[in-house]
Amino acid sequence: MHADPHIQSLLRLADDALILGQRLSAWCGHGPILEEDIAVSNIALDLVGQARNLYALAGQREGAGRDEDQWAFFRTDREFQNHLLVEQPNGHFGDTMVRQMLYDAFHLEQMGFLAQQKVDEDLAGIAAKAFKEVQYHWEHSSQWIVRLGDGTEESHDKVQQSLNALWSFTGELFMEDEVDQAGRMSGLLPELAILQTAWLTRVSDCLKEAHLTAPEGLWMQRGGKQGLHSEHLSYLLAEMQTLPRTYPDAVW
Amino acid sequence: MNLTDHERIDRAWRQVRGVHDPELPFLTVEEMGMIRGVRIHEKHLLVSLTPTYSGCPATDVISEDVLAAVQAVEPDAQVEVVLSPAWTTDWILDSAKEKMRTHGIAPPEKGQADRAFLTGKGKVVPCPRCGTDNTHMVSAFGSTACKAHFSCKECLEPFEHFKCI
Ligand SMILES: [Zn+2]
Repeated sequence: MHADPHIQSLLRLADDALILGQRLSAWCGHGPILEEDIAVSNIALDLVGQARNLYALAGQREGAGRDEDQWAFFRTDREFQNHLLVEQPNGHFGDTMVRQMLYDAFHLEQMGFLAQQKVDEDLAGIAAKAFKEVQYHWEHSSQWIVRLGDGTEESHDKVQQSLNALWSFTGELFMEDEVDQAGRMSGLLPELAILQTAWLTRVSDCLKEAHLTAPEGLWMQRGGKQGLHSEHLSYLLAEMQTLPRTYPDAVW
Repeated sequence: MNLTDHERIDRAWRQVRGVHDPELPFLTVEEMGMIRGVRIHEKHLLVSLTPTYSGCPATDVISEDVLAAVQAVEPDAQVEVVLSPAWTTDWILDSAKEKMRTHGIAPPEKGQADRAFLTGKGKVVPCPRCGTDNTHMVSAFGSTACKAHFSCKECLEPFEHFKCI
C-alpha cells in the first residue's frame, strides 16, 4: 500500500480500469456476434487507456520514476486495490454484461464528480475524457440488460441469476475507508453515500425496465480496496504479467 | 540564421500541418483538432497535442510523427501530450468534415452536449453515400474507438459515423 492517500486514490481508480479492461479484452475474438466482439474490445481499449493515463499521473505524483508498466506489471495481487466486482470472471455474456452495467453506473457517477473537482486538475482532465467514454459504455451495457432481462424466459432467468451472484460485490463500491475519507475531506473524492443514491436510482431504473429484481438482504463482500481479493485476481494477474516479468526489459 | 520566435513557430506549424492521422489518412492531425498549439518554451519549440480517446492506439504514432516533423527543422523541439481540457469532436475543422463525407464517413455534428445524439438515438445521421436520413445505428462501437457503425435503409450500404464526444 502507498503511504500517500492521494496517490493511493489514483491507483485505485487505475486498478479498477485496468482489471476490468483486461477482463473485457478476453472477449476479443469470442463475442457472441461480430458487432459485440468489436464493442466489448473497444470498451476494453477505453478502460486500458484510462488506466494508462491514471498510472502515469500516479507515477508523476510519486516522483520516483515509476511508469505505467511498473504499476501494472510489477505489483502483486495484494498491492492491487481494485474493487472485487471488476475482477469477477467473465462467465457467460449475461454475467459480463451485468457486471458491466453495475460498474458502468458507478463509474459514470464517479467520473462525473472527478471531472468537476478542483483539487487535482490533471485528474479532472483524465476524468472529463473518461466521463464521455463511459456514457457510451453505460448505454451499451444497460441496453443489453434490458434486452436480456426483457427477452426470452431463458435469457431473463440467466441474467437474474447473474445479478443474484454479482450483487454482493456492489456494497464495497460505497464503503468508505480511511483513504476515501481523506479524499472526501480534501475534496478530491466524492461522498460515497451520495454516489450510492445516484447509482441506485440509475441501476433500479434499468432493472425495472428489464423486469429484473435486485436481491435483498445480502451479505456484502469487501476487501478489494484493501488488497484482499478473491482468488480470481491472482490468475488474471499471472496471465497479464507473465511476459513482462519473464522478460523485464523487453520492448516492442 | 536568426529567426524571430514568430517565424520559428510559423515554420513549425508548416511542418506539423503535413502530419496525417494514421487511422484517417486523408486527414491531418491539425484538421482533427489534435494540435492545441505551438510555442516557444525555455527557448525550445514545444508542440501541444491532445489525444482523441483515452485508449486510442494511434496516439503514440501521431505523437512520434509530430515530433519527427518538428525536429526536422529544430532538432531540440519537443512534443507534450495535454489531457486537459479533453478533446471534443467540436474541435474537428469543417474542412475535415467535408473530407469525411467524401470518404463515406458521416461526420460528427456540433453540440456534443446533446445526450440523445451522443448515443446516436433519435437523432438523424444522413447517409454519406446517398444523403437520405433513413438510416439506423447497428452498433455504437465501430472499427476504431472514434466511430459508430450505421446502415442505410435506402441504398442499403453500411457506413461509419464519427461519434460525437
Ligand atoms: Zn444511403
